[in-house]
Amino acid sequence: MSNSAAAAAGQSVALSAGHAQHRWKGLTPFLVLLPSLIALVIFVYGFICVTLFISLSNWNTLKPDNTLRIPFGQTYVDLFSTPRFQADLRNTLVFTVLFILIATLVGLGLAILIDFNRKLFVIPFFRNVYLFPYALSFVVTGVAWRWIFNPETGINLFFDMFGINQLLASLGQAPLKPGWTTDPTVAFQLNGILEQVLGTEMRVKLGIPVALIPVAIAGMWQLSGFVMAMYLGGMTTISDEIREAARIDGATEWQVYRRVIIPLLRPVTISVVIILLHVSLKIFDLVITMSGVGPAFATDMPAIYVFETTFKATRYNLGMAAAIVMLILAAFVIVPYLARSLRQSEE
Amino acid sequence: MFKYGLKLSLVVLALLLVIAGAAVAQDAGQLEVFSWWTSGGEAAALDALFQVYSERVPGVEIINATVAGGGGSAARPVLQTRLAGGTPPDTWQVHPGWELLGQYVAAEYVSPITDLYASEGWNEVMPQGLIDTMTQDGEIYAVLAGVHRGNGFWYNKTLLDANGITIGETMSVEEFVAAADTLKAAGIPALCVGDSGIWATAQLFENTLLGTVGPENWMKLFAGEMAWDDDLVKQAMAAYSTMLDYQNEDHSSLSWDQAVAALMDGKCAFNSMGDWAYGEFVKAGLVDNEDFGWVSHPGTAGSFVIVADGFVLANGAPHPENTLEWLKAVGSIEAQEAFNPLKGSIPARTDVDREKFGPYHNWSMDSFANDSLVASAVHGSAAPALFQQALNDAVTVFVVDRDVDAFAAALVQGAADAGMVAN
Amino acid sequence: MAAQTFEAAPSRRRFSLGHTLTVGVLVLALLFYLMPVYVMVINGLKDATNVSLDTMWNLPQSLTGGGFVEAWNKLSPNMLNSLEMVIPATILSAIIGAINGFVLSKWKFRGSDVLFTIMLFGFFIPYQSILLPLVQFMQTIKLYGTIPGLILVHVIYGVPVTTLIFRNFYANVPNELIEAARVDGAGMGTIFTRIMLPLSIPAFVVVGIFQFTNIWNDFLFGVTVVPNPAAQPVTIALNNLSGSFSVDWNVVMAGAVVAALPTALIYILLSRYFIRGLLAGSVKG
Repeated sequence: MSNSAAAAAGQSVALSAGHAQHRWKGLTPFLVLLPSLIALVIFVYGFICVTLFISLSNWNTLKPDNTLRIPFGQTYVDLFSTPRFQADLRNTLVFTVLFILIATLVGLGLAILIDFNRKLFVIPFFRNVYLFPYALSFVVTGVAWRWIFNPETGINLFFDMFGINQLLASLGQAPLKPGWTTDPTVAFQLNGILEQVLGTEMRVKLGIPVALIPVAIAGMWQLSGFVMAMYLGGMTTISDEIREAARIDGATEWQVYRRVIIPLLRPVTISVVIILLHVSLKIFDLVITMSGVGPAFATDMPAIYVFETTFKATRYNLGMAAAIVMLILAAFVIVPYLARSLRQSEE
Repeated sequence: MFKYGLKLSLVVLALLLVIAGAAVAQDAGQLEVFSWWTSGGEAAALDALFQVYSERVPGVEIINATVAGGGGSAARPVLQTRLAGGTPPDTWQVHPGWELLGQYVAAEYVSPITDLYASEGWNEVMPQGLIDTMTQDGEIYAVLAGVHRGNGFWYNKTLLDANGITIGETMSVEEFVAAADTLKAAGIPALCVGDSGIWATAQLFENTLLGTVGPENWMKLFAGEMAWDDDLVKQAMAAYSTMLDYQNEDHSSLSWDQAVAALMDGKCAFNSMGDWAYGEFVKAGLVDNEDFGWVSHPGTAGSFVIVADGFVLANGAPHPENTLEWLKAVGSIEAQEAFNPLKGSIPARTDVDREKFGPYHNWSMDSFANDSLVASAVHGSAAPALFQQALNDAVTVFVVDRDVDAFAAALVQGAADAGMVAN
Repeated sequence: MAAQTFEAAPSRRRFSLGHTLTVGVLVLALLFYLMPVYVMVINGLKDATNVSLDTMWNLPQSLTGGGFVEAWNKLSPNMLNSLEMVIPATILSAIIGAINGFVLSKWKFRGSDVLFTIMLFGFFIPYQSILLPLVQFMQTIKLYGTIPGLILVHVIYGVPVTTLIFRNFYANVPNELIEAARVDGAGMGTIFTRIMLPLSIPAFVVVGIFQFTNIWNDFLFGVTVVPNPAAQPVTIALNNLSGSFSVDWNVVMAGAVVAALPTALIYILLSRYFIRGLLAGSVKG
């Protein structure tokens, strides 16, 4: 649409300018983009190619070795047969779902509660506090969260303080004392079914590592305020008339949110999920300072594996292969989104 | 219109180029020292080395390139990318043994300093066994600033006294188990472990392995002359598993120093740790042999696990003259006497004034002089980094599943991948 | 009129119960959000000997400043480095993003959407996967180890997201505005500087905060691209507060708070504009 507008407007100017400049016209905006494009082609695509090449090479000591590894792609075979990397893929999947779910729900919840009480004078203060964690770095907050989730001295003390454990004791129950990040349990294991289907034994327990829950909570703490801000931004575009119309139709406040506002916020939700995805797929700082690789790799992540394999074990080819797999995982999610927005803008 | 477009394009291009404008010129009067000693006693000890150097060679600006992170975890990527890219620092911190020889010497990133050993007389004052860990094909490649003893077993004396447990000069695994059972009856976990960085429990295994197989088999294991699924190794794994039965529940959420703090608070009794732990006791104001005590890790009396730190001369160092002076300073008696009390290690030289060191370090110096010196795998000296990683990974799983056969199989695989085979 | 009276009566009634309950929930949430901050501040205020896991919830016994003095002394030089890096990097990536966003929304050409997609992919790559070639490239162009080098890296990896935000922002600007200007004979450059830029304040606030936070909190690029600690950003100095073996937790906790001050300040000052600007920027799916 803007193309035709530009063409229409351009005619009046181009009349006297002749053909030569007319041909340049399409090229000019391209030239403006060109420096950024060149930089990104080098810094993103060029570097990815180098990484891909390293992953196919024989480089697995400190000294660079640029010869191609035979058989071709063997490093990837090695990678996928490593139990630790299998656990990492499981963890990324579980963490991503868990983290996005709670961060989005909490962020939306806070946005609704704040919007509902927006006339209250303390609300801007509340909003700032919720948004504040986003200003901190994961390196910083990981340490605090590690202390908070220490099973001996962290929030578990609150269960005693608030009488929850006394209550349980009076009912003859064991006290509530979760191990949080120290808990090696993998819940909802699918190994039995999968092993029957596949007919092979699996070293890695496929299920939900319980230790990931506190990590997801810490991640939620950091980003839910940002999610809230995005939803609040979205809500300001919904005019009071729409709300009013719903109220006149007899909707309660809750129904106004559920029937009118939340559905209108769908595009915001898509942006939120994309931004959270880009955090969760890359997550590194928070996990490494909060729980490390965790008991039996319960909280290990591909980014940590890439880092340790490349720089600690100096297996450059293996580490870079894992990096390429991370990239492909990201592409799986991002490319459909980009393709969708591309289609939309063409309509 | 084209004109404007071109202008905008030039603006963007210019902006990108402006950033790319400045490059830093190298100054001749500099020395870049790369290490991961960033805080507390470590940083103070490094400063002491700098002072000795500045007195010897005034006027040289020292660039103290430190990057922290447990055992250099953040420092290594930086160092490795710099080495691979051909812009090395003048000198950097290394562990002797495999890390030095297999990693840096094999890749030709460091130059030999054999002549310094002759000219400075170090051959006479440093133990030959130690120099061997830095020698390849007759050339020596590093000089050590200090040596930590990795197989310490620290205990809360007050707590043990209260429970009627006395510790002799040495300790066996059986004696540990007996003491641990007594403590368990009193509701106290015997062993303090803080393995949020997995190396602490890997070190516990390493020490237990040494205690079971002994120093000679230790050498064989790392030379590829003994299999990692040997019955003796599996016995060590079982002993390690037994010890883990007595550890604190929250071990994986504690860092190693928080585990030592738990020991000092009397929440648990023993901690297997290198003698950098000694600094934590001193910091808390506790008194040797009164509040706390130490023995060698169960079964390892007669062995000294070396966790040493040295410096090298980079191949292609920007300031080679200054670097050679630096290495001379590091090996000098005044530097070794200044550095080690602050770092909590003992000097690599045996001719220092022992009066300057406390009771623990004199004990450690005796052990250093008389015992079998063995290299640590967890700290990068005994085996390739690839095996070190495999060991850490296998331990991470073993702590949870306690499957001895799987543990042994993983180490066999790791040793094969790392090319640890007999010549 | 009718609507007003309709609203007034029930809304007061709702306030009594619904509002009390929801504000209660918000207060509980407030406690949750402040919990880690409390842990950091309280333990940062303690002496090295008094800081331990067991007493992590307790208030400090004396008010001597605890780890804050040491943390401030160690971090303040690097805070300046960070500012020197963050401010130009934020401004440059915002300006480039504005220009690109303008082209991609109001000056489209055949294939411009595809180019945008190609650029945007850079926002999502895990940076570990390009670290090694990045360092090698920086060494080749002689920018390795310099603050300008670090700025360049942050600008380039920031351009995809700044472009995205500006593109979405400008897409909401009515085309009639531009057509009118063109009829008056204005070129695209004039339109951008005279019409679009003055409209872009909210977008600049969002991009500014977004980039400032990301770049300020970056650790990976800072540690690998600039090895000289005297030139390193504050996140690396913060990490260096804990040694390879020994850690003073009070200094680490205090340092965490100190290092977060600039971003916190920006948030408190600009949060209202941030939320307003967000709707203009990345809200559009």
